[in-house]
Amino acid sequence: MSITAEVGRKNTSADCFVRLEITKDGGIEVELRSKVESMYGEQIRNLAREMMEFFRVENARVYIDDGGAFPFGLKARLEYAIKKCLPEKKEEFLAEVIPQNLYPVARDRLRRSRLYVPGDQPRLIINAGLYKPDAVILDLEDSVAPAEKGAARFIVRNALREVDFLGAERMVRINQLPSGLADLPFIVPHRVHTILIPKCERPETAKEIEGKIRELSAQHGVENEIYLMPIIESALGVVNAYEIATAAPTVVALTIGLEDFTADIGAARTKEGRESFLAREEVVIAAKAAGIQPIDSVFSDLTDQEGLKESVLEAKSLGFEGKGCIHPRQIQIINDGFAPTQGEIERAQRIVLALEDAQRRGSGVVALGNKMIDPPVAKRAQRTLKLAILYGKITENWRATTGKIASNS
Amino acid sequence: MKGENNALGRWIPEEVNGKKVIPFQGVGKYIPQGQKAAPPIRSCAQYPKDGNKVVGNLRETLKKAGIRDGMTISTHHHFRDGDKVTNFLFDTIAEMGIKDIRWFPSASFPCHSPLIKHLESGVIHHIEGSMNGPLGEFCTYGKMKGQGILRSHGGRYRAIQDADLHIDIAVIAAPTADPFGNANALYGDSACGLLGFALADAIYADKVIIVTDNLTPFPCIPWQIHGNYVDWVVVMDEIGDPEKIISGTTRITKSPANLVAAELTARFIKEAGIMRDGFSFQAGAGGTSLAFVIYLKELMKEAKVKARFVRGGSTSYLVKLLEEGLTDYILDGQTFDLEGIRSMRENPHHVWTSPFTSYNYHGKGNFASMVDVVILGATEVDVNFNANVVTHSDGLLLHGIGGWQDCLFSKCAILAMPSFRSRIPVIVDKVTTLCGPGELIDVVVTERGIAINPRREDLIESVKGSSLPIRPIEEIKEEAERICGGPPSPPKVDRDKVVAAIQWVDGTVIDVVYKKEPRLLGWP
Repeated sequence: MSITAEVGRKNTSADCFVRLEITKDGGIEVELRSKVESMYGEQIRNLAREMMEFFRVENARVYIDDGGAFPFGLKARLEYAIKKCLPEKKEEFLAEVIPQNLYPVARDRLRRSRLYVPGDQPRLIINAGLYKPDAVILDLEDSVAPAEKGAARFIVRNALREVDFLGAERMVRINQLPSGLADLPFIVPHRVHTILIPKCERPETAKEIEGKIRELSAQHGVENEIYLMPIIESALGVVNAYEIATAAPTVVALTIGLEDFTADIGAARTKEGRESFLAREEVVIAAKAAGIQPIDSVFSDLTDQEGLKESVLEAKSLGFEGKGCIHPRQIQIINDGFAPTQGEIERAQRIVLALEDAQRRGSGVVALGNKMIDPPVAKRAQRTLKLAILYGKITENWRATTGKIASNS
Repeated sequence: MKGENNALGRWIPEEVNGKKVIPFQGVGKYIPQGQKAAPPIRSCAQYPKDGNKVVGNLRETLKKAGIRDGMTISTHHHFRDGDKVTNFLFDTIAEMGIKDIRWFPSASFPCHSPLIKHLESGVIHHIEGSMNGPLGEFCTYGKMKGQGILRSHGGRYRAIQDADLHIDIAVIAAPTADPFGNANALYGDSACGLLGFALADAIYADKVIIVTDNLTPFPCIPWQIHGNYVDWVVVMDEIGDPEKIISGTTRITKSPANLVAAELTARFIKEAGIMRDGFSFQAGAGGTSLAFVIYLKELMKEAKVKARFVRGGSTSYLVKLLEEGLTDYILDGQTFDLEGIRSMRENPHHVWTSPFTSYNYHGKGNFASMVDVVILGATEVDVNFNANVVTHSDGLLLHGIGGWQDCLFSKCAILAMPSFRSRIPVIVDKVTTLCGPGELIDVVVTERGIAINPRREDLIESVKGSSLPIRPIEEIKEEAERICGGPPSPPKVDRDKVVAAIQWVDGTVIDVVYKKEPRLLGWP
């Protein structure tokens, strides 16, 4: 009896279906029907043969129904099919990490917009960086159907190594534990920047994941620091928010998932969000207390761009520093929304200039017009300017060009 | 097979369909001399004095028109994928036992795939016009009796005028007509806006038949087609499927990558200084072009800039531009939605044009070269900016030329398209079929950056210092190839079998399409 596996999608643009049959004899037979036969047919056949050789499969029939799958996706589908048939194969068919993906990210980098992309959709993954989100989240969790979970691990692993995300922070949302732990070997050794922990309720979860990451990092010689971003999605998670935020030194941000949270407390999710106001503010407070970034939930109505704008401004007013995106068209609005406004920047510039002027004069009391500038005001102003520089709204040497602002005030 | 290389280095056979062809000589190089073609002399004495030209059915009328084997019969494509006349026409011709017809449509659509049976049986000898989808595949697989000839809209008008081809019978489907043969496309269930693509057919064909499902008493006003050209009027129950002729709303692209390209295109036009008071532009009705119009409109409003005219095909988006005072005129060749038709009926500033006014090579000038900027698509473009609009990278003929070649004469021709489609790179070393010479293509805008033709130093200069992602075309090509897994292999085709010729606007042959083996997709 032969062993057979069927994976992937038929008749799907930029993806493929693979049927692998391990046979007793007859060598390797590759049959291909491809939308890109004339352009890449030979290459695809050669790849299939090369992979069979790599995994030391000597007799098999490989059927590939190809709608123009990208190489990283095709390899993932083939490897998954092989491992479904032959679970004892432990080696991995890995491409070199492309040089464009070797960049590190800073702990406190901007995380205004993070674009969720389903981990089983190579077609969406390939362009994810193009829309300039601060981060791309390759999702293994809720956006991936149960039947595709296995394939998604291979696709995400290959994407981390081979897809150019054009400078975005590469994040992966793993599954809920325990299966989330089994996701880690597919991402930790492959240049992931940050791992999202879904439905995080206790600090122990973050600790466990951090421990496993450290173990895998040592095992695979991973040099880059891998950050964590727990997602609070339940009442218990909210109650434990600060403990979670401080569970590990690699936790860099805390975010909230409102669909699950509202379900957990038994409330309907409304546009006004009164049911989740307290929880969101708890997350902001816990994150700030822990010195990390608070990030808001996604805005799920794709057609309501005005609503998204309002939602971003509201999130900003609550203290959040970013929001998840479920579609590229949300990115620009979110990035713009979290940027300091022109008015905020100018006011901050006046404050900082007045502060520096007072320091030069050795004056202890700083005032702008008839208002005292106390330390928190100064701190906020400095933060606003730091953001304005990061967002490209002003340059590092803004003092040279903004002399007027000070004198006008 | 004898032949020679044309001015762009493409091999051209000596003959197509047994007739000598002239290889492409360079843009503006080929200037034919002599007299234009003319229809036979007719006299009003031959036609009913009461003006009633309504006759029984189509079969009877074709018989009156003297239909016989080997004739050329023309139709128009204003009904797009909702045309019901052409299939009925050829079913009728088949019933009459007529063979070897040369079908000369202004374009074909997937709804015409039932004609394959008439191509197989030899009722239709070959097609001279665009071959979309299944008809294109049929032609590529070498199954058509004759060779296909593809012309642009302007090239089609030219071909009629310089007797490259003569129409024996023109069958013109008209949404509204009177018994004299006056017709328009503004009213009736199959209203499609206008009938410009049938203008040359009406003027130059030996016999002209109007087919309508909405007969009104004389006079049919306005008369977009003059009854004075018309021999007979035939009434049918249903000439079109309104839902497929016109969409209630035209859809903007959902592809985020195409939206990026559309936005970059609009920004380029602004930064390059093309978007200024009194400028003009043309963008198609593809999803990316529509998105472009929306982005450009915002930039125009911001800069308080008004266009003198925009060229159609029109959509509700162009109509809004006109109605909000952002352009003085729409010069329109066809409309794609209900708003377009409404505007055409009501607004004298929404002007009906035809390939004669817009594109005709044998006109004393035409509008195309006066347009400041045109946004087009393509299936492939090469590193020398030569582009392909008819075949895919696998060699399959799947699209017509439309007005694409004619539009390249705009002061700035932009191709806006993704750098790859599924896994297929769009920028290549050498296009599969060369339809437009690189010297006329100025800018290629993709989601991964903008490439300016090095010949256009003025454009390069105009966007210096802007924040636009201007990149060498080779660099964008390499990036797309990295994604797709290297440069694609050229299609495997049979170089001994030419299945179709691509004419340049002047009637010379710019490239040919070769036979290839049928493709296998999916599992049986």
